[in-house]
Amino acid sequence: MNSNVVTLSINGKEVSGRDDETILELALENGIQIPRLCYLEGLSIVGACRLCMVEVLGAKGLIAACATRITEGMVVQTDSERLAEYRRSILEMLFAEGFHVCSVCVANGHCELQTQAAHAGIDHIDLPYLYPRRKVDASHRLFGLDANRCILCTRCVRVCSEIEGARTWSVSGRGIEAHIISDFATPWGESTTCTSCGKCVQVCPTGALFMKGASTAELEKRTDFLSWITAMREQR
Amino acid sequence: MDKIKLATVWLDGCSGCHMSFLDMDEQLLALADAITLVYSPLVDFKEFPPDVDVTLVEGAVSSEEDLHKIQMIRQRTKLLVSLGDCAITGNVPSMRNPFGPEAILERAYLEDGLINPVIPTVNVPPLLKTVQPVHTVVPVDVFVPGCPPPAGVIYEAVAALTEGRTPNLHGLTRFGK
Repeated sequence: MNSNVVTLSINGKEVSGRDDETILELALENGIQIPRLCYLEGLSIVGACRLCMVEVLGAKGLIAACATRITEGMVVQTDSERLAEYRRSILEMLFAEGFHVCSVCVANGHCELQTQAAHAGIDHIDLPYLYPRRKVDASHRLFGLDANRCILCTRCVRVCSEIEGARTWSVSGRGIEAHIISDFATPWGESTTCTSCGKCVQVCPTGALFMKGASTAELEKRTDFLSWITAMREQR
Repeated sequence: MDKIKLATVWLDGCSGCHMSFLDMDEQLLALADAITLVYSPLVDFKEFPPDVDVTLVEGAVSSEEDLHKIQMIRQRTKLLVSLGDCAITGNVPSMRNPFGPEAILERAYLEDGLINPVIPTVNVPPLLKTVQPVHTVVPVDVFVPGCPPPAGVIYEAVAALTEGRTPNLHGLTRFGK
């Protein structure tokens, strides 16, 4: 191992870790929670959701904790009124841009977006809702995709490519037009690459990817398989 | 202590929030000492009074009638409370927004194989182009999310307002609760 141990401060607390660890990893090891949506242990890091932004003394802007390695003497603040305001704005934008109807969603009560919003104290959305008309793909025998609930975290894209090795999912379009597609934007049920393993459904933080047959609030996702697979691969 | 004048209104919602209000059970008795219910679907007053202290609004703003009603209520109310997800987010009623009112009316009244299919125009208010959360139409003072908000949360909100406190509902409810 070529890593060195470094010491830094998170929220005024002295903590130590290896210099190949990220701020988020070290924070979690020390029982400090940082809000996040796109990050999932066992998958590669994209820093897409920006919810895990933290303040680092001397840094110009805010830093994504999931995508920044720790260094000696770093002074990190994971919670402040300024960060809370930015996080609320990010969450509000997600609610306004997509079409999230929690009360009739299959993931109601088990949704990471919903949980983060409640945690951030969001009780209404000030931004105007866009009410987009996004597609629902119910062509797969076992699973469905409701793009209205998608927050483009790309966990499904990454788990399919990095863990399952099927590469069924990718992102098409740019900016507000960006959306998840299977294969060449062809119906999921006709996919020649999908192995129907369901990993994408399990890692999806919202009800965008769901199992057919599950009704409102019935879908509880399980991501623990990721740590098992990662551990077995490391042992080999 | 002077009793506060409380009103409740029902716009485009399922009445579930009012059911949840009634689900307060014995807490209603505790509230009864602090409030006078001056207008509500639960009582029989025909006119919305001019000087209401607190109004709980269930439902989204979907029709021209809803719009006129909420604007009039805002003028006559000190504190306006958005009660439940329909009032706050548009919730289920707003699911028609990407399609427009014409498509919804045609689906409901023309395509359902009725014997005499006709879109009703008499005694029903015209639908707005999009269903809107209450706070996009008039200023709202307090938000109580949930579908419906649990009875205990409604109690906490109303009790706080009767005591002159700002309700703190953080951790008690959320969208879809």
